Amino acid sequence: MTDTLLALLILTGAMFTFIGSLGLARLRDFYTRLHGPTKATTLGVGCLLIASALFFSLRDDGASLHEVLVTLFLFITAPVSAHLLAKAALHLKVRSLAPTPRAGDAQTTDRG
Amino acid sequence: MRRLLPHPLLSVSLIVLWLLLVNELSTGHLALGALLGWLIPFATSRFWPEQIRIRHPGVLARFLGVFAVDIVRGSFHVAWLILKGPAHLRPVFVEVPLDVETDLAISLLANTISLTPGTVSALLSGDRRTLIVHTIDSDDPAALVAEIKQRYEAPLKQVFEEGNT
Repeated sequence: MTDTLLALLILTGAMFTFIGSLGLARLRDFYTRLHGPTKATTLGVGCLLIASALFFSLRDDGASLHEVLVTLFLFITAPVSAHLLAKAALHLKVRSLAPTPRAGDAQTTDRG
Repeated sequence: MRRLLPHPLLSVSLIVLWLLLVNELSTGHLALGALLGWLIPFATSRFWPEQIRIRHPGVLARFLGVFAVDIVRGSFHVAWLILKGPAHLRPVFVEVPLDVETDLAISLLANTISLTPGTVSALLSGDRRTLIVHTIDSDDPAALVAEIKQRYEAPLKQVFEEGNT
């Protein structure tokens, strides 16, 4: 029973991570590509970590909660790096499918 | 009290973080965690000028619930969009006018937006009044802005800013 559950979690995690990477390859401009990897880290890695926590908690008695930390660190770092990448792209005026916001805004953030 | 223990919340988080890091619960590690939990906020207190207070724990809990549901829902949505192919996407930049003012609330809002699939916060305007958000697919940008403000910004403002401003 638990094996089935673990397998399901791992497969779901792997599938989302794969789709995230697929998005990186398939999508057409920098900004939409940015969505692929940030999504993969949230749900895909989330599933893998739940599976890992369950597996180690059931195998060696006593909860294994390391994984909570991995999730926490990912949740702190992933959006920050995505934000910085997007911000840098706006400054560099990377080609975008969506009309980019007024140039004035991009300028003023040097102080921001 | 304020001088000796400048950030009680930070101290408690550091103790919990330490216990998770060593992955065991024992008196020794609890003591070591408590020492770190006191020493680190004390040594770095100049980097944390604002006192952080959480006002409505219930609102915070509900916010975290909404956040978790949105991550799952949004992930499926974005996965479907990627599989369907890039030709159908309607990416847009939207400008979200901000009501939150403190550093903490703004960064939490920006992080929340980036973590919920489909949106990435891209830029904070120089006057800190507007957050520019890139969304992968939207047919109604105005509705998206309203949703962000109502789902994420309102609870964050209530929890971290009410009474501070």
